[in-house]
Amino acid sequence: MSSPAPSPVHSGARSGRDVAVVAFAQSSHTRRTDQLSEVELVMPVLHDVLKQTGLTANRIGFTCSGSSDYLAGRAFSFTMALDGVGAWPPISESHVEMDGAWALYEAWVKLQTGEADTALVYSYGKSSPGSVRDVLTRQLDPYTLAPLWPDSIALAALQAQALIDAGLTDERGLARTAVRSRRAATANPHAQLRGSADVEDLLRRPYEVEPLRRHDCPPISDGAAAVILAAGDAARALHANPAWIRGIDHRIEAHQPGVRDLTESPSTRLAAAAAGAFDAPLDAAELHAPFTAQEIVLRRALDLDDRVPVNPSGGPLAANPVMAAGLIRLGEAAALIHRGEAGRVLAHATSGPCLQQNLVAVLESSAGGTR
Amino acid sequence: MSKQPVAVVGVGQTKHVAARQDVSIAGLVREAAVRALADAELGWADIDAVVIGKAPDFFEGVMMPELYLAEALGAVGKPMLRVHTAGSVGGSTALVAANLVAAGVHGTVLTVAFEKQSESNAMWGLSLPIPFQQPLTAGAGGFFAPHVRAYMRRTGAPDTVGSLVAFKDRRNALKNPYAHLHEHDLTLERVQSSPMLWDPIRYSETCPSSDGACALVLTGARGAARAPRPPAWVHGGAMRSEPTIFAGKDYVSPQAGRDCAADVYRQAGVTDPRRQLDVVEMYVPFSWYEPMWLENLGFADQGEGWKLVEAGVTELDGDLPVNPSGGVLSSNPIGASGMIRFAEAALQVRGLAGEHQIDGARRALGHAYGGGAQFFSMWLVGSDRPGS
Amino acid sequence: MTTAAELLAGIPELAGAEPVTRVTIPARLEYTYSPGSAQARFLTALPEKRLLAERCPQCTRVYVPPRGACPTCGIATPEQLELPHTGTVTTFCIVNIAAKGLDVEVPYCYAYVLLDGAHVGLHARIGDTPYADVRIGQRVEAVWDDRRLGPSLASISHFRPTGEPDADPESYRRWM
Ligand SMILES: [Zn+2]
Repeated sequence: MSSPAPSPVHSGARSGRDVAVVAFAQSSHTRRTDQLSEVELVMPVLHDVLKQTGLTANRIGFTCSGSSDYLAGRAFSFTMALDGVGAWPPISESHVEMDGAWALYEAWVKLQTGEADTALVYSYGKSSPGSVRDVLTRQLDPYTLAPLWPDSIALAALQAQALIDAGLTDERGLARTAVRSRRAATANPHAQLRGSADVEDLLRRPYEVEPLRRHDCPPISDGAAAVILAAGDAARALHANPAWIRGIDHRIEAHQPGVRDLTESPSTRLAAAAAGAFDAPLDAAELHAPFTAQEIVLRRALDLDDRVPVNPSGGPLAANPVMAAGLIRLGEAAALIHRGEAGRVLAHATSGPCLQQNLVAVLESSAGGTR
Repeated sequence: MSKQPVAVVGVGQTKHVAARQDVSIAGLVREAAVRALADAELGWADIDAVVIGKAPDFFEGVMMPELYLAEALGAVGKPMLRVHTAGSVGGSTALVAANLVAAGVHGTVLTVAFEKQSESNAMWGLSLPIPFQQPLTAGAGGFFAPHVRAYMRRTGAPDTVGSLVAFKDRRNALKNPYAHLHEHDLTLERVQSSPMLWDPIRYSETCPSSDGACALVLTGARGAARAPRPPAWVHGGAMRSEPTIFAGKDYVSPQAGRDCAADVYRQAGVTDPRRQLDVVEMYVPFSWYEPMWLENLGFADQGEGWKLVEAGVTELDGDLPVNPSGGVLSSNPIGASGMIRFAEAALQVRGLAGEHQIDGARRALGHAYGGGAQFFSMWLVGSDRPGS
Repeated sequence: MTTAAELLAGIPELAGAEPVTRVTIPARLEYTYSPGSAQARFLTALPEKRLLAERCPQCTRVYVPPRGACPTCGIATPEQLELPHTGTVTTFCIVNIAAKGLDVEVPYCYAYVLLDGAHVGLHARIGDTPYADVRIGQRVEAVWDDRRLGPSLASISHFRPTGEPDADPESYRRWM
């Protein structure tokens, strides 16, 4: 991207209370989970994060979840998942009809007010009940776009073609991204697609929607994830190596893909600047780029060069439970810090057609980005 | 870590009607937002973030409609959050927005809630067939009617109490230009002889189905000092949730509601809500919920709520007016209904409620609930800055 | 605010055009629901006229239908037990309004039936009795619909009064 990094806008996103991710869990993502209801899908990851911290649901200060009724195919679907929390006695709780990354943001704000010291964040998505490719068309402008049923792959293909036309990548470059992601996923037991054929082999395969081939697209996944946040001393008490959220911000763009330059992601760049992403070098980045071309767009918006490992987990190209895939990026970024494998990691989440809405967080170990 | 004070400096709502065929969804939400900005005498550039809420997406047939509404709400380049906590969502949305200011994350936040039920069909959205479940409830009225009967049985309240509430709220609505139902010819007898839809709930004791939106501009102490009209200060706000169905659930007076109210009163330093609050905007979609919530919110002892109704305490000229705006019984754009309660509470303590203003109102409660009477959100607003 | 007609009047090419105030856009999505393992166990037993409940190992409360988790403890409820087909009406309403897509004739009585041994009410219809006689505390039993036996609660046509004396209010006071 040619423009200089925007100067941080006035925002409290980088001041205030120190808050860290102290636990993260995710399901083993699969194409179908016919034997599981949503609560049965969510409950194991909730138990996992509670066990990691030794907390119980009634000792958590705030709970927030993210999910979608349209994905589930029924109204108020999140009320059933709440059964897995054990919300008794009654809890302080909220829900966003967004990816769980934004539930984490709401919880982070709650901790910033000082009204809670710990927060449980979870999200889940079962894509298997319906055709997620068609379901996502329902999030387009209902009067002018949705009636045309442009599916999520077709919209991503428009974005990929714009990148290719601008000379910013080519089909080989996209395939390299797919190979790198899915080979990285071989080390991730939760990933759905692990390992990949080589670039030459992939390029011989047919188009899904030109210029995208199947390897450029994410798998269709059912999955869930949970995170526990804690502030200050509570975080230090709950984890030896908390992943401190040094900055977090999110921005939205115009909705219609036709009025945007799809090769750029100004909302990602704004959010990254507000989160302090450009202030110091990064050890890694977890990007919520379900399509290969979108990683190229995000790398440019974030000034990420090849020295920064992107999606060491395999990313959403290896497992893409819609509504949870963004929260998983935050969790995977935190896990790198928890394990001592990185000191300063960027996490990104997206929502809407062609990267319309983007969230960026910078997570650090207590020592910062020294690796 | 101390919270920043939060003030409501702008309130806007649409005229609630059965079907707003003259505007799109974007036009509807923008109308409320423009009015809130005008009240605050602020422009789009003054807004740092937008928080939007609504009930299930199936009600309009648009998945995550906030994406398509980004431009209409001036959110491009800004943070935008979408809250969904069932019927309590309008209140929860305002609280999420208030927390952004309280936490010092943003200076001034626009929050909007809406429902445009005419775009799809809410009853359909509520009753999507699930093959292995036996559908029985026939909408929200059928779901809540058994709880009303349990209240009547538990307290021995006379059958007429529900009609008194309905008649009061519909009469109050005549003083509110934004209310959906303006039933000038309604009499108490007509309420009492209206058809039984879900016995013991009558037609005239039931909320309408409305298109409408509500918006608030929230800001901190500096923004409040610059505001052209008196602000409403947030003295307390809380959300509480309990499971949908569980062994021992008290559907008549859910624990989550009691806990939520207690938290809000504690934050606001209120020890005797009946005496210390001047007006209440509570979420009463079926008239019997007024006596039920009077008990749940600590305005009456258990089993005594209906006596306050009978004694006229909750009338406009009573000592604890409830729903001077006409309430949910007179306007029900579902996702916005909670925020309208919060907004009307703010208008009262700002002295800007117009014809339905309660003289000298200085402290007001806004209340919302949703799901299987399981999600609660409330705020207590005052005309004085907290701590002053 | 500017009306649609005023906006159109500003565009000469569209002079006289009728503003579009409504468009109908049909949308169809198909979903295949999964009841989950706990509900599947319950549903599978229904064609055999068996009511399979599950008990929470922590709080010992008995749920029917099982929800996949004890909602107050947040844990799975693996212990199954079979409940009798009798119970007590804990509350009810009479529905006089037909809902779109609901294949039930109005009026009907919609009630919470606390099956003997359960701690939550089963949502069911009450029949074979005048609705004016239905009351809280009434003892009822399941009437199975032999033509509709299958993995659905539609296997139970309705509940009907047993004729026993009403239940002691203490037996159901906490378990509406
Ligand atoms: Zn239990």
